[in-house]
Formats: sequence, C-alpha cells, structure tokens
Amino acid sequence: MTEVNAPYGLLAEVTHRCPLHCVYCSNPLELQAQQDELGTDEWLRVLDEAAALGVAQVHLSGGEPLARSDLEVMVARASQLGLYTNLITSGLGFTAARVQRLVAAGLNSVQLSVQGEDAEATATVAASLAFDKKRQAAELIREAGLPLNMNVVLHRLNLDRLDAIIDLCVEWGAERLELANTQYYGWALRNRQQLLPSRAQVIAAEEVYTRRRDELADRVELMWILPDYHEKFPKPCTGGWAKTGLTVAPDGMVYPCPVASEITSVEFSSVREHDLSWIWWQSPGFNAYRGTDWMPEPCHGCERREVDFGGCRCQAFALTGDAGRTDPVCTYAPDHGLVVAAVEEAERAEEDRESDVASLHYRRPSPRSAL
Amino acid sequence: MNVTELTERPRLASKAMLRHDEVRDAELLLLPERVVRLSDSSAAVLRLCDGARTVGELLGRLREDYPSSDLTDDVLGFLDDARQRGWVVVA
Repeated sequence: MTEVNAPYGLLAEVTHRCPLHCVYCSNPLELQAQQDELGTDEWLRVLDEAAALGVAQVHLSGGEPLARSDLEVMVARASQLGLYTNLITSGLGFTAARVQRLVAAGLNSVQLSVQGEDAEATATVAASLAFDKKRQAAELIREAGLPLNMNVVLHRLNLDRLDAIIDLCVEWGAERLELANTQYYGWALRNRQQLLPSRAQVIAAEEVYTRRRDELADRVELMWILPDYHEKFPKPCTGGWAKTGLTVAPDGMVYPCPVASEITSVEFSSVREHDLSWIWWQSPGFNAYRGTDWMPEPCHGCERREVDFGGCRCQAFALTGDAGRTDPVCTYAPDHGLVVAAVEEAERAEEDRESDVASLHYRRPSPRSAL
Repeated sequence: MNVTELTERPRLASKAMLRHDEVRDAELLLLPERVVRLSDSSAAVLRLCDGARTVGELLGRLREDYPSSDLTDDVLGFLDDARQRGWVVVA
C-alpha cells in the first residue's frame, strides 16, 4: 500500500487566455475557452477545499492570470485562509493600480517570465513586442515591496545568451531566477527540432550556471531545471505522481501536474463534480501512478525507482503513447532510442539558426482573447 | 563563530510567512516556491523575530519558556543560518 500525504501546493490555472504566443507553451494543445472557465464562486470554493485538504501555497497561473478581473478576490480569499499566494505572470496587464489592489488583497510574491535578454528574443519566442512592459512590471513589483522571482525557458535559440539573461534579471532586481530548460511535450514537442540544443550548448550553459550561481550566492538564488534529454536519468515526475501538489485547470479539471491533461488514457475528475479531497485521495486519475506497484521493468526492479519514479508520465505518453512505460529519457528505458535520435539530430550545425527561427510554430490562436 | 549580535533586531523577511498548519499539526515557513517544515523550537525563535526585540531580549524570553537548558549557542547558530537562507533580515 502506497502512503499518501496531503498536498502542499495548488497550481490554479485560472485562465488559458494569454497575450503571448510562446513556442514552448506548457498549456495543453487544446486550450479552454473563456466561457468554460470556472466562475469566481467556483474558484473560491476550490480555495476553501484546498486549504481544508492541507494546501499551504497557491500559485496563480494561466495563461495570463491578470486576464481575470476577479484575481484580487481569489487572492483575498486565499490570504484569509492563511495560504501563501504567488502570482505567475508574463507581466502584461500589470499597472500600478493593479499591483496595489493585489498587495492589499494579500499577495505574497510574484514570478515574472522573460523569454530572453532583449526585445528581439521576446519577439522571436513569444511573437510579442512586450519586452518593455515586462521591464515596467518588474519595477512595479519591486516598488510594491513584493519579492521578485523570475523565470526564463532555455533552448537552442537562447542558451548561448545565458550570461546576458542572468545579467538582465539581476539588473531588474530578481531575488530568485529559475533557469528552466525546455520540457518537450505539448506545444514544445511540436517545436522540438528547432528548440533542442546541442550537447556543446548544454555543457557551456551549465558552466555559466555554476559560475554565476557561486558568484551571486548572496544576492540571487539561481535554480537550474535540468535539460532532461541530455541527462542519463529522467526527472522525477513532480517528486512522484500526485505526491506533493495538484493543478486545477481553467475548466475545473484537476491534474497531478500542469501537463497531465495530455494523458488521454487516464480518467481525470473535475471540481464541478467532486470535491478536491475526494479527487486527491480517492480518484482513479490521482491513484493511477502513485507509488511503485504500477511500474514496468526496468523500473520496478531498479534501485532508482524511488529516486526518479520512472520519470515523467507525461513524457512517456507523449513519446510512446503509453503513460505506464519508463520515461524514454532514462538510459535503461526500452524506448531510449527515441531520445537518442532527437539528441543526435540536434548536433547539426549552428548555421541553421535562421531556418530554425523561420520554421517555428507559434502558439496561435489564443482562445477568444479578452486582453 | 556567530555573526548574529545580541543588540540586533531580527525580523522575518517580508517574503516569508510563518504559520501553524492545523491539517498536519506542524509549523510551516512559507516562501516563494518553497515550504519548509520547522521544528517547534525553530518556529518559536522565528515568532520572536519581530524587528522590535533584540536578540538579547529574544534569548531572555526563550529562557522564561525553556528554563532548563542554555539555548544561546543553538539560537545564535540558528539565526545565522536563517539569515543566510534569507528567512530573517536585520534592520
């Protein structure tokens, strides 16, 4: 019997509406339209149920969460419930008045994304001219006294600029910077050929990360999210399937992680039909890959089975069509050849950059954007 | 060797939130992207870091609550650590 504990974190994806068109968008291929989004009262109920379940931290995300005019109402309720609130935003839609209202409602911290160190990088990755608005957002966040955390998704087209990206985030006043190498499922898988870096790029970037981490130790905390295609072992799911946190999608469907909606072979549940407690403890979706009983070989007999938990279920499903197989990133996986082939293909010459950019698939259309 | 001095007035960093979790009956320190489960004694020290009390006063208060042992080294060591981790700031 697998021991299950209460979750610490809730990722509330309050909308899929977004002004950006990022080529590695982590939202599902099928976006939820505005009319299918949970209403204010439904989100408040989700927050109540989450607190009762043991959730201590709420990450308000999207899409762009600022697209919802009732965000302050949600923050206020979370705050009343004693939950720590973190806003994950592109920065578009931030005004001084909005920041003030969010702070008054009890917002605890903000995570701001950038796509690269300048306007050109933002345009290339997100098909957006928003770079200056992001700079303004960073200023507003700092002026409001909120801790500024930043994140950037790394890939073939910006990995060589890592030093400059880190400089930018230091200049903007980030306390913590998440350097997230692209994870290849959903929209990013469509652009894998254009985004997957060469081994030399990864090695050089890791050196930059290590050097800057030590240099900045007292000022900025750097986090390195592994480029898993270039690793020997897979990333450990989210520390194990349905173990520490849950994600509520804009339409109320609940998943163990933000990308699990792509796993069409697993039956997931909605907060419109069940309470969060039942979904966490009892639902078939959340129990599908808990513990180690479900594991195939070579995972089940592997000494790393409780280190990486067979790797990412979403990646196994995306690459093999079976979420119950070993993550193909693992050196021991029967499907490892799929990853090896992609990595070998990425060793091609750097001169292809222009054709890589020209052939990117941008995330469009945005669902009935109200921004 | 501790860096924390008895005359300093530590306070919890503004990004940090300290709370008792009734579901788990545990003391939690909540930070952006992180949850730390604290021991009861660590939580007791952090609760006294209000920016007004000096470290000396904080130790005095702890001695009243825990008279049987000398906590000075442990508390100073913990405060150094908490500062380094960014949980506590000194005004």
